[in-house]
Amino acid sequence: MGQKRFTKDHEWIKVEGQSGTVGITQFAQGQLGDIVFVEVPTAGKVVKAGGEAAVVESVKAASEVYSPVSGTVKEGNAALPLAPETVNSDPEGAGWFFKIEIADAKELDGLMDQAAYDKFVAELSA
Amino acid sequence: MRYLPLSETNRRDMLGAIGAASVDELFRDLPKAALAQARFNLPDTASEMEVERALGVMAAKNLNCGAAPAFLGAGNYRHHTPAAMDYIIQRGEFLTAYTPYQPEISQGTLQAIFEFQTQVALITGMEVANASMYDGATACAEAVAMAARVTKRNAALVSGGVHPHYRDVTATTMKFLDVAVDCLAPDPTGIEDLIGRVTSEHACVVVQTPGFFGHLKDHSALAEACHKAGALLVVCVTEPVALGLITPPGRIGADIVVGEGQSLAGPMSFGGPGVGLFATRERFLRQMPGRLCGETTDEDGRRGWVLTLSTREQHIRREKATSNICTNSGLIALAFTTHMTLLGEAGFTRLAQLNHAMAVTLAEKIEKLPGVRVLPSAFFNEFAAMLPKPAAGVVEALAKRGILGGVPASRFYPTYPELANLLLLTATETNTAADIETLVGALKEVLS
Amino acid sequence: MTMPTTASGHRGLQLEQGLIFEQDTPGMTAVDLPQAPKVNERLGGLKNTQPIGLPGLSEPDVVRHYTRLSQKNYSIDSGFYPLGSCTMKHNPRLNEKMARLPGFADIHPFQPVSTVQGALELIDTCATWLKELTGMAAVAMSPAAGAHGELCGLMCIRSAHEASGQGHRKTVLVPESAHGTNPATAALCGYAVEAIPANAEGRVDIAALKAHLRPEIAAVMITNPNTCGLFERDCIEIAKLIHDAGAYFYMDGANFNAIVGRLRIADLGVDAMHINLHKTFSTPHGGGGPGAGPTVLSAKLAPFAPVPMVVRAGERYDAEERAGYGAAKQSYGRMKGYQGQFGVFVRAVAYMMAMGIDGLKQASGDAVLNANYLLARLSAELTPAFEGPCMHEAVFDDRFLKGTGVTTLDIAKALIDEGYHPPTMYFPLVVHGALLLEPTETESKATLDQFIDSLLHLARKAKSGTAEAAFKAAPQLAPRRRLDETKAARKPILRWLPKSGDNGSANREAAE
Repeated sequence: MGQKRFTKDHEWIKVEGQSGTVGITQFAQGQLGDIVFVEVPTAGKVVKAGGEAAVVESVKAASEVYSPVSGTVKEGNAALPLAPETVNSDPEGAGWFFKIEIADAKELDGLMDQAAYDKFVAELSA
Repeated sequence: MRYLPLSETNRRDMLGAIGAASVDELFRDLPKAALAQARFNLPDTASEMEVERALGVMAAKNLNCGAAPAFLGAGNYRHHTPAAMDYIIQRGEFLTAYTPYQPEISQGTLQAIFEFQTQVALITGMEVANASMYDGATACAEAVAMAARVTKRNAALVSGGVHPHYRDVTATTMKFLDVAVDCLAPDPTGIEDLIGRVTSEHACVVVQTPGFFGHLKDHSALAEACHKAGALLVVCVTEPVALGLITPPGRIGADIVVGEGQSLAGPMSFGGPGVGLFATRERFLRQMPGRLCGETTDEDGRRGWVLTLSTREQHIRREKATSNICTNSGLIALAFTTHMTLLGEAGFTRLAQLNHAMAVTLAEKIEKLPGVRVLPSAFFNEFAAMLPKPAAGVVEALAKRGILGGVPASRFYPTYPELANLLLLTATETNTAADIETLVGALKEVLS
Repeated sequence: MTMPTTASGHRGLQLEQGLIFEQDTPGMTAVDLPQAPKVNERLGGLKNTQPIGLPGLSEPDVVRHYTRLSQKNYSIDSGFYPLGSCTMKHNPRLNEKMARLPGFADIHPFQPVSTVQGALELIDTCATWLKELTGMAAVAMSPAAGAHGELCGLMCIRSAHEASGQGHRKTVLVPESAHGTNPATAALCGYAVEAIPANAEGRVDIAALKAHLRPEIAAVMITNPNTCGLFERDCIEIAKLIHDAGAYFYMDGANFNAIVGRLRIADLGVDAMHINLHKTFSTPHGGGGPGAGPTVLSAKLAPFAPVPMVVRAGERYDAEERAGYGAAKQSYGRMKGYQGQFGVFVRAVAYMMAMGIDGLKQASGDAVLNANYLLARLSAELTPAFEGPCMHEAVFDDRFLKGTGVTTLDIAKALIDEGYHPPTMYFPLVVHGALLLEPTETESKATLDQFIDSLLHLARKAKSGTAEAAFKAAPQLAPRRRLDETKAARKPILRWLPKSGDNGSANREAAE
């Protein structure tokens, strides 16, 4: 069971050894509403922490999904573009976007843990 | 003024409700300095009769194509349009509606767009088409921009057989996006080699069918070469009536088909407004510019239509949009759709056959004139003819005889002496056998 | 009340109508054309051998089809259409009649210039009116719509910068409240975009503008009157700041209808502005175009204007159609085929002549009066976003709906049942839950009073706290109830296909 970290842009990353799985949070999917389209990166794509890695769209909004850490994409979730509604129903599970080979594990230190993120979201909603 | 319904009493009462002493007070945020400087050297209001008289005088200074045998093409074509078409587009519910932002009360416009998208996809042989662009030339530029996005490359190769305005608009637009556009020299003989030129640097190759000089060419080998190089093939169609008779570009491997719908959508109107056609493969849908109408259902489960995939567009994506286009050419698209529906498969194909037959008839007579050569071996309703003397002077001489006898290539390419004698001639169903005799007779005199 | 169901699916005058593709009688046509004479075809082996798939219908069926479709549309001709930033004013039928004169409609763009002197005169007449009304040095007539005009203005600006060695200026400033076309246009012109915030009054924050003005700024795009319905009263000072920083001032002219005939934008220090002929000058919107966006230019930008340009030599008109030659020596190129939206120019000129300068001044006065009347009377129940007076648009936020469960969208949909086209919603983005109303000058006081009564009634109903469900169910009386946009976007169906043979995507033919 790896640890989960969060960004201020509402991405999560679940770390297992040198690699991580990335998606958007429950809060983020709620803000976007019905997701109608996603675009996931292909394996081999090199991304920077905070750089654009994927796209998520609802009917009236489009957002970039930023990579929480720098590294190389190992796999995009191929099932997601065919069933974008999974992001709504299971954002922190089957609705993951991509897996990444983490280049610098130190970058994880700058991210929030579950408790800090929950607090962050509570403040946004206040 | 007859367009303004407020009476003086109304204005007084309304100012009272607002709590303002005068209308000028409502404009108090306008800078005093600018207000004081304002001078307008313009006439005062005019009655309907006065406007009709003034514009009637202006219109009468033009030689309209109904009053002279006319053989003009070069991207803008004169066809007969049924009275029912003009009636329908003048219905106020279509004419005076805005973009269908409120789908519950815009189903008429939306369904017509859905029918338009389907018709354009069918005649081009493509999978999806959008709700229209401004015109063929801007659609061509948008196609090159889209190809650059799809392939992530920044160079394009444009055939010398593409309409010069399409070439110019594309080159101008792409200059500002830092996409290098290589416009090949004008190609009146139709022999340029594109296959040998396309490389893995190119986002796309742009060709036109039928070509600007009239050539009908099989572009399937070019499509293959493009795809091998990872480039897209963009095919322009300036005369969509041709698609009633020739193999649609989609079937020879085009990735994007753009065109001008004017020839099926009403009067030439000095070249505008037209309607840009834009069709592509479904896999490129997300990179497509312009509005799209899609099918859905309402809360009661009834079928209906909405504007969809809007996240590509400027009002949501802002600087990351696929295009800045907002207003497009809705009413002309409706005219196109209405005319296509009136024609149907039988009428559309017959119209195309009739055009081709008239052009062949004209070509057979023209090429018998001494020193005249028809350049394309295969063409639709337009062809370039090489004359024994400069075409511009010939056209002027024909105009003096009350004949609009084609378009000289030098109008577009004055710096190419080898094109000086080249004349573009078009025949459509609006030309009679007598028109053709008149033109050929006059040409014989002017050329001798 | 529950809606009665009918066997036909029709509801009185609301007649259901399938797609043309579902009404196919193979071989039928509504256009009688003669059989083509037999000729030796010269198609070079490109003759199509497969059917296209177009349906065949008779003329009566086609006329009925599109007539029924038209009856599912709301339009200016049928009712009040206060759609903010769109200027939905009356479209005089005289304009249509003039555009159909054979001397205007039945002429070809490449006829000898000697045979189209009247057409060039018409374009020149339109240009003269626009230059007089704005005080600007030149006007580029070819842009096809507002966004296209924006592009024209920015292309002139970039060309001017490059010509004076200022090509390093690569960023354009755009207020947050701007139309989406502004940043999209700047990007299309190769510029980076930076947003500048609005102040609490709904106007450009001058301190923020100053802070953003740097040597890499190429231009500032400001809508004036702005999208909050207010005139940028510091406009002259803003122009000076922009010019002192070496940048150009692009004014978005979408809201020109509020000030036409009152001041000249040249006197504000503007360098370029597009004019939507389909807004201010009454040419029909046509369900989404065609429009026209002639762009007026200052003397500094005029040399870079796109071709074609109408030029006058004594009594004779000519057209410079190629960049790099004659009057177009420094032109940046061409952005539209032929001579621009000529048919739209004819309509605009018919309108300008009919109105005259006195009529145009009265029109902007009445447009502003009507908007302020809405602002004043609707403030009884709604919450205005800014202090008045407004220009030709009134904007409300959604504070009056707080705690009711009813949203701006619900109010808009309920207005449909009341028989009105809703205002623009959720724009400008800087106003929470915005309702942007533009009545225009062509509405009577009686029409406004009826609309005000309806909207006040809806506001009171929302505040009563008992009507949330009714609002969510609106509209109930329109040809369709709320449509499922999520479904449309998730699995897009963008064309009709025969029922059989489709086993993949909704749009791809099984044959391919």
